[in-house]
Amino acid sequence: MSDNRLTLALLRLAPLLLFVVIVVAFGLLNERFLSFGNFRNIVIQAAPIAILAIGMTFVLLIAEIDLSVGAVMYVGASLVAIYLEPATGFGFTDPNLWWPLSLAVFVATGMIVGAVHGLVVTSLGIASFIATLASLFMLRGLAMFLSNTRTLQFSREIKDINRWEIFQIVPMADRAYGVPVAILILLIVFFSGWLVLRHTAFGRQIHAVGEDREAAKKAGLAVKGIVFACFVICGFCAGVGGFVAATQQGAVGPNFGLQVEFQVIAAAVLGGVSLFGGRGSVWGPVFGAILIRTTIAGLTFVNADPYIYPLVTAAIIFLAVAVDGLRTRMIERMSRRMIRPLEAG
Amino acid sequence: MSEARPLLSVSGLAKSFFGVRVLHGVDFDVFPGEALGLVGENGSGKSTCVNIIGGVLKPDAGEMSLNGAPYHPLSPKGAASAGIAFIHQELNLFGNLSIEENLFIERLPKHRMLPLIDRRAVRARAVQLLREVELDLPPTTPVARLSQGERQLIEIAKAISMNAKVVIFDEPTTSLTRHEVDRLFTIIARLKARGIGMIYISHALDDVMAVCERITVLRDGAVLGGGPRDEFSLARIISLMVGRAIDTIYPERMVPPRADPVLRVEGLAQPGVAKDITFDIKEGEVVGLGGLMGSGRSELARMIFGLDAFSRGRIIVGDKVLANPTPREAIDAGMAFLTEDRRGEGLLMDFSIAENTILAALGRFARAAGMLEWRKVVTESKTMAGRVHLSTDRVVETRAKHLSGGNQQKIVIGKWLMRMPKLFILDEPTRGIDVGAKQEVYRIINALVEAGSAVLLISSEIEELMGLSDRILTIYRGELTGSFARAAFDREILMGAVTRPPRAEAG
Repeated sequence: MSDNRLTLALLRLAPLLLFVVIVVAFGLLNERFLSFGNFRNIVIQAAPIAILAIGMTFVLLIAEIDLSVGAVMYVGASLVAIYLEPATGFGFTDPNLWWPLSLAVFVATGMIVGAVHGLVVTSLGIASFIATLASLFMLRGLAMFLSNTRTLQFSREIKDINRWEIFQIVPMADRAYGVPVAILILLIVFFSGWLVLRHTAFGRQIHAVGEDREAAKKAGLAVKGIVFACFVICGFCAGVGGFVAATQQGAVGPNFGLQVEFQVIAAAVLGGVSLFGGRGSVWGPVFGAILIRTTIAGLTFVNADPYIYPLVTAAIIFLAVAVDGLRTRMIERMSRRMIRPLEAG
Repeated sequence: MSEARPLLSVSGLAKSFFGVRVLHGVDFDVFPGEALGLVGENGSGKSTCVNIIGGVLKPDAGEMSLNGAPYHPLSPKGAASAGIAFIHQELNLFGNLSIEENLFIERLPKHRMLPLIDRRAVRARAVQLLREVELDLPPTTPVARLSQGERQLIEIAKAISMNAKVVIFDEPTTSLTRHEVDRLFTIIARLKARGIGMIYISHALDDVMAVCERITVLRDGAVLGGGPRDEFSLARIISLMVGRAIDTIYPERMVPPRADPVLRVEGLAQPGVAKDITFDIKEGEVVGLGGLMGSGRSELARMIFGLDAFSRGRIIVGDKVLANPTPREAIDAGMAFLTEDRRGEGLLMDFSIAENTILAALGRFARAAGMLEWRKVVTESKTMAGRVHLSTDRVVETRAKHLSGGNQQKIVIGKWLMRMPKLFILDEPTRGIDVGAKQEVYRIINALVEAGSAVLLISSEIEELMGLSDRILTIYRGELTGSFARAAFDREILMGAVTRPPRAEAG
């Protein structure tokens, strides 16, 4: 019995233990891995995935899924790179307006796509897996058509965002570090997500819908509206994450956002979000994204063959899902009722 | 009492589905501070009635008034705001949310300034409501941790919080322990004291007699009798419901049990669940297993069938020794198991009768290359439909979900009969089904044992055990406390044996 509890606690902490193991292992292989600068980079690089995964959590919580988030990033990037060039600039000549405009284009793209998903799922009753799989291909096709599959260059004003920092107060040997824009945006999304999910009526109703949609209907909740809103929120986050990724990369090719949906869903599951709805938090996906990013950074540090990367990340994802399944089954088994006191010995 | 004005008055209620009339002008009144027992067989129109009152269905004709004013609910939400609370058999709660969140999920109070939940207001109101239903739990407890009875109290608290004038209970006691039932009845008495009226639907007629001041009996969508409880006896209610007298409810069995044991359970033990359980069941014998809910009776059945593991002992079916059975081995050895939860475990609701019937014996209907022989499927499932007295023989066209509870149960039984089991474990085979369907289940059991099979029957109803069993074993906290032959059946002694540990009896 107490053995069971111990195993269960270990399983729950498994992703955290895995994180520690990965950090220690790569640290032993290369001690520069443990530097402040490296961790800062890891978190910055994890930010886009983490932002997308927070949005994905809203959709997973209601037992739906959105496979189109990576494609949304690519469409947003195409629109921004093609129409927000210095030459055209949507007619806006002031370069200071370009970054807010491009953020707006990204976010609007995501929210429109999310709204379409929400409508298709709620009014046509099409499974979100199919609906968003279809838009994954349609949106990638659209973006390739818009960009002619050329590399997309962002204007300098947009790329520069990536170097901004606020609160430059952490003094290190080389310079004073602050909070980079990517992390600031992540923090804002994280905090808003947490507030909405935990402390608003809407957020608690999301959990109710995810637990039992029929019961939610009977309780008089506006289920369709809640489902619709979750897809829009997911699209919103996909747009924000796409913007952050675009500023970080500066120029992107036709594989921008490709298969990102898998990393995003994996980050959420690693963070304890259930694929069956009703269970999950917003800090989990952030942790999951950092875990995935740390692994990739470690592999880069030890000069691993790039073809090994997908193998290792896939192994981690597999482990996370396996652990989750094991945990669920153990919880079920332990909830087996005890009828009589246990005899000694 | 007669001069009191009815709280809810229903008159001439009529409803048809697809041209079939299911309600023919039903009248009844619910008075403040009283419970109206609505009884009748499955399909008699009780659910249609309360669904109309609860705003789920619209009546074709008839009038309803609430507190003297005309009442025409357009939706469940409309009914709720008019003061009708509907406590469904399947409770409407969310396991992943806390008690307080469940109480107010559709109207969580907002903070004065911010668009956030006013946690303090929620807490205060939840604490007060929990006190009213005598539930001593912190309001932040996740509902997933509550027992079925505690969850029901949460639903009642919710009804109170919505200022319900009339509370509809649909089979509230089926999944409660006796203790929880008593507590529920205390709370119902308190609701009455506050002037709330109730409609109480149940197949447990004892409960109806205990709780309700008035009784209305429905049969085939019409009121056959209604009035104060004192005008009714159990026998009269049942004969009104069924349309015949009930002395023949347990059919006579012609063939006595044989000597050869079909099942032997030897020293079965599992820490915390079962202690040293030994018994056997002979060919043609019905052995009843009596015990309170949570006594380990279902767990014992699950272990015998290989669904749960046990640490010591063995199970012998015929000449096969199963030291560590899996359900597959148990089925191969000739066992069949009707679980408590037919919706969850026994039936595929969207599948036809035929598809459900052949499920446990698919191999018999397979041709080369695994193709099903449909003609054989149809003829054999029609035969089975006849054997279990199913209400329809349209086995291909009818889906399981469109049948009444009694008929669904018959399909599950028929499914297992297809394999001609040597030992049939029946866990609460008649729970939630009406008297007529019950009797048909009893006949099926009799036919089965007369053909030489053995039956292990688990039931919460002592009468049912006494009426059907050749022998009754009693279980208390995972330990067998007695074995009684038919001649020694006595209600009092059996009740004693299921509520007391064996040593207390000796001492």
